[in-house]
Amino acid sequence: MPRLEDKVVLISGGASGIGAATARLVVREGGKAVLADRDEAKGRALAAELGAAAHFVPLDVTQEADWQAAVEATVATFGGLHGLLNAAGVGVRSSIEDCSLEEYRRVNDINSLGTFLGCKSAIGAMKAPVGGSVGGGSIVNISSVLGLRGAAHAMAYSASKGAVRTLTKNVALHCAQMKYNIRCNSVHPGYIDTPMIAPRLEQNAGNMSGRQALEELHPLGRLGRADEVANMILFLLSDESTFSTGSEFVCDGGLTA
Amino acid sequence: MSGELSGRVAIVTGGASGIGAASAVLLAAAGATVIVADLQEGPNAKRDGPGRFVAHDVTSEESWKTLLADVLKRDGRLDIMVNNAGISGGSGTIETTTVETWQKVQAVDSEGVFLGCKYAIEGMKKTGPGKPAVKGSIVNISSIAGLIGSAGPTAYTAAKGAVRLLSKSVALHCAEQKYDIRCNSVHPGGVDTAIFNPLWQMVGHAQGKAFIGARHPIGRMSEASELGEVILFLASDRSSFMTGAEIVADGGITSGLMRRSLLAPP
Ligand SMILES: NC(=O)c1ccc[n+]([C@@H]2O[C@H](COP(=O)([O-])OP(=O)(O)OC[C@H]3O[C@@H](n4cnc5c(N)ncnc54)[C@H](O)[C@@H]3O)[C@@H](O)[C@H]2O)c1
Ligand SMILES: NC(=O)c1ccc[n+]([C@@H]2O[C@H](COP(=O)([O-])OP(=O)(O)OC[C@H]3O[C@@H](n4cnc5c(N)ncnc54)[C@H](O)[C@@H]3O)[C@@H](O)[C@H]2O)c1
Repeated sequence: MPRLEDKVVLISGGASGIGAATARLVVREGGKAVLADRDEAKGRALAAELGAAAHFVPLDVTQEADWQAAVEATVATFGGLHGLLNAAGVGVRSSIEDCSLEEYRRVNDINSLGTFLGCKSAIGAMKAPVGGSVGGGSIVNISSVLGLRGAAHAMAYSASKGAVRTLTKNVALHCAQMKYNIRCNSVHPGYIDTPMIAPRLEQNAGNMSGRQALEELHPLGRLGRADEVANMILFLLSDESTFSTGSEFVCDGGLTA
Repeated sequence: MSGELSGRVAIVTGGASGIGAASAVLLAAAGATVIVADLQEGPNAKRDGPGRFVAHDVTSEESWKTLLADVLKRDGRLDIMVNNAGISGGSGTIETTTVETWQKVQAVDSEGVFLGCKYAIEGMKKTGPGKPAVKGSIVNISSIAGLIGSAGPTAYTAAKGAVRLLSKSVALHCAEQKYDIRCNSVHPGGVDTAIFNPLWQMVGHAQGKAFIGARHPIGRMSEASELGEVILFLASDRSSFMTGAEIVADGGITSGLMRRSLLAPP
């Protein structure tokens, strides 16, 4: 039996990287994937490739009205909403001394405010009973190993991912208390080979290539793949994980061990 | 050991009330020159109190520039920065928190600490050559809400989670650059301060304090002075090997299991 049969999953950042890998998996496992991204060209192309079980909606995660429209379009297209993946995000490299207030705010707006708005908008649709069935669902927020550990060169990014970590727990406990049957967990990937880190792979670090320097951080000796993170997300979106909520799921090749 | 911090200059944001005021008193008693940087004046933040009051808004970069210039001009150095100013932003949940509230809380609790660290490092670096070397210490007040999800309103919980990680990244940067500046975060449980005024107004101070106290394994709320002691320890050389650490002072809340009913607001 497919693991996500008839489940409708809204994916921010669904046009690329981890979000795109998850969209493929959702469709493979019998679910419906709504790809929501500000990159319309890539998002529409992937939705077209995935066929009738996928749909694209334009979304800037920092805009509440965009989120409301995305949730409405999801329910209108596929008849409900059972899963939300907050995967849209940006990485920046800057320390406390070279990050400006504008940059700090931009990173936190996309990664943290964006995740807050995703949770807030989806809960309304998830808690509502759909077509006679009881409401409920699963929210997965992508934090990072940098939501667990700091890094000198990623001050603003780590702050935004630390916010996602505690936000996730707060949302999980609220939904539990309200008996919404909505779970919420955070995923903490190590360095994953996606367009986000592509610029870093090309920058040499001392006598090592950028790729080698990042590989070295992981006891498994390599970068992660988007589909490896997507597998963990699939577990969390599915009914295989119904007793997990408010927890941190680490997928990092041993980096934080 | 009074005089331990003599010759050192400390800024305490939000130092006019609560935890900030208590730490200002203790830092001053240990010999530091204390600048209380707050929106409002408080009992300890007057010309003749233990702290020199400077009107300051942690959300404004202009205000930080003015404050730092003033301190370097008048006191010639900066050794200790306590980023304590904070607001709870009301009691909103994920469903009721507006974008406006979210942004207001992030501006004070997250961006305010970011700017505080940035200008602390700038000030501590300028203290540099020709003066006694800085043993800089930055103390950021997060909360148990920066560790667990049940301890505060949604926007506050996210901002305090950001402060926890930002403190570690700042600590690592200063270590990497070989600045003699440490940075740690403090995670208080319930402390009897004005931040609880809305609750005190609803149920009365004694009853509210007993209610929140009962959520702590230790059976009571903390007094602000108990957090002042933690801040003094982190500000002083007694904690010289601590950086990037999270210091929890919560009467045991995050140590064990919590009864589900305790999650419900009064
Ligand atoms: N790649 C890694 O090493 C890594 C590690 C840990 C965590 N993460 C996190 O995983 C998530 C996915 O990252 P990825 O590696 O797949 O990156 P990616 O760059 O491949 O994909 C991110 C997607 O988010 C979209 N996006 C960015 N800003 C947006 C906005 N304001 N509104 C809507 N969409 C927006 C982009 O268009 C892009 O399609 C991010 O949250 C990232 O922080 C990535
Ligand atoms: N009281 C608690 O239970 C508790 C628990 C955990 C963490 N904290 C944190 O401890 C810190 C101090 O809180 P408190 O309990 O002493 O509260 P408080 O309300 O007594 O004091 C906070 C002070 O910060 C000042 N302030 C607010 N916004 C400011 C701004 N923009 N610029 C400058 N000053 C500003 C206020 O004027 C006030 O004097 C906060 O960061 C709070 O989040 C408190």
